[in-house]
Amino acid sequence: MRSVIPVENNDPQAALRGLLKRLLEKEVVEAVLVPMATPGGAVTPALVTEAGLLDAAVPLAPVMGLNAARVAGPVSVREPRGRIAVVLRPCEYRALVELVKLQQASLDDMLTVVVDCLGTYTVPDYTTMLADGGVGQERLWAAARSGDMAPREGYAFRDACQMCEKPHAEGGTIQVELFGADLASGLPVVLPDDMATTLGLSAAAADGQRPAVVERVVAARTKARDERFAAIRQRLAEGTVEAVFAACVRCHNCMTACPICYCKTCLFKSPVFDHEPVQYMNWARRKGAYRLPGDTMLFHLTRLNHMVLSCIGCGVCSDACPADLPVAQVFRAIGQQVQAEFDYVPGRSVEEPLPLITFKENEWLEVGE
Amino acid sequence: MESTDFEPKIVAFLCNWCTYTGADLAGTSRIQYPPNVRIIRLMCSGSVDPTYVLKALLDGADGVFIGGCHPGDCHYQSGNYKARRRVVALKEILKQAGLDEDRVWLRWISASEGQRFADTVKEMVEALKAKGPNPLRQEWAV
Repeated sequence: MRSVIPVENNDPQAALRGLLKRLLEKEVVEAVLVPMATPGGAVTPALVTEAGLLDAAVPLAPVMGLNAARVAGPVSVREPRGRIAVVLRPCEYRALVELVKLQQASLDDMLTVVVDCLGTYTVPDYTTMLADGGVGQERLWAAARSGDMAPREGYAFRDACQMCEKPHAEGGTIQVELFGADLASGLPVVLPDDMATTLGLSAAAADGQRPAVVERVVAARTKARDERFAAIRQRLAEGTVEAVFAACVRCHNCMTACPICYCKTCLFKSPVFDHEPVQYMNWARRKGAYRLPGDTMLFHLTRLNHMVLSCIGCGVCSDACPADLPVAQVFRAIGQQVQAEFDYVPGRSVEEPLPLITFKENEWLEVGE
Repeated sequence: MESTDFEPKIVAFLCNWCTYTGADLAGTSRIQYPPNVRIIRLMCSGSVDPTYVLKALLDGADGVFIGGCHPGDCHYQSGNYKARRRVVALKEILKQAGLDEDRVWLRWISASEGQRFADTVKEMVEALKAKGPNPLRQEWAV
């Protein structure tokens, strides 16, 4: 059912905090995994058991440093575990769905609170803004009504957010609907009836603004996305993936940041591609020169093969890249084609099997002859 | 390089139960086939991680041949079906990345099909000769 939590002092974030506190106080959950502000202002997820500490929760802070699905996995993956509520952006929820299917997380004792995302900044931008007059999230909250969220002057939303065509809460246990809402007066949430009763929330009718606002935001983002895809595809067609990743320094930050790349025994953290010294000489002699460290294209192409079907487009790979490579654009653009091949939408449903663990007998008969 | 002088190098990942045994049959039956293929024996086509196919291509192999049991005949029930899906994804990624997906072949050859193995190698060598050498072979910056 849809309920509207009253907002006081023009602060919808406080209203959301109140909901989270009530989840703890009514013992619906034992802990809440939510972005928290450290005393210095940095934002980090934390698993909170003490309702009083939720005063430091900043579930609407427009910053994304890591994908919270990454931390939701370890606290949920096996029993014994606590019953927890996890506050997620839509892209984080989609990553969590993929991690559940990859058996790296479990929804069994988890309640997910999926919050409409009005756009996020990188950690460096967010930090700079905090020190320089504030982030201005009140303006974002006001703009949620119309869907015309603009970044603070002189700053930009993360590239992944600018091309995010799924910023609205879908799926999960509770949806927090910011788009189309008058957040100065109330915070609309959709939650199961019995939970609403437990929390003392009553039903409220939607004012009907949301679908049109979401539609407009999605249309604008889709356009931005398609422009990026077209540009990156042009670059790939002209110079292959090698040219796009030419400046890669092989830090593997993209892999470390990626919520889907969970393997503890990743090939690229192993000596699998370490060769005998003489082998490097052989390559250098044959080609006249040999790029070191080797296997840079192999690294990116392997990651594409291993995770792109589950790529949900959070973009933390691009933010993690010290060479400022358009990792997320490449992975999203290629991912779109590969996902379409398998008619698979990552993050859509835990029921939908991962494409590479299932099969049909009569498919792609032309590929294996 | 004249295409007639060019001898493509093929790295083959063959499943133990069908295609490798088929290759073995080609040998014991003294069926002649081009010596361009370097065979790596695996337990199942389903155990071919695309990374090794990519490693071969990026290090300059002109073609990669993955051989498995015919659909329905996998020793492990479904390994070849899963291999097929992985190859579909791999080929799509190669295509999107601006690389030549047609250098990767997936073929079903049973233990009794020695002639089919020889014919497939011949066919692949001809196709790769027509394509010419893998351009990545001389690329130093991959």
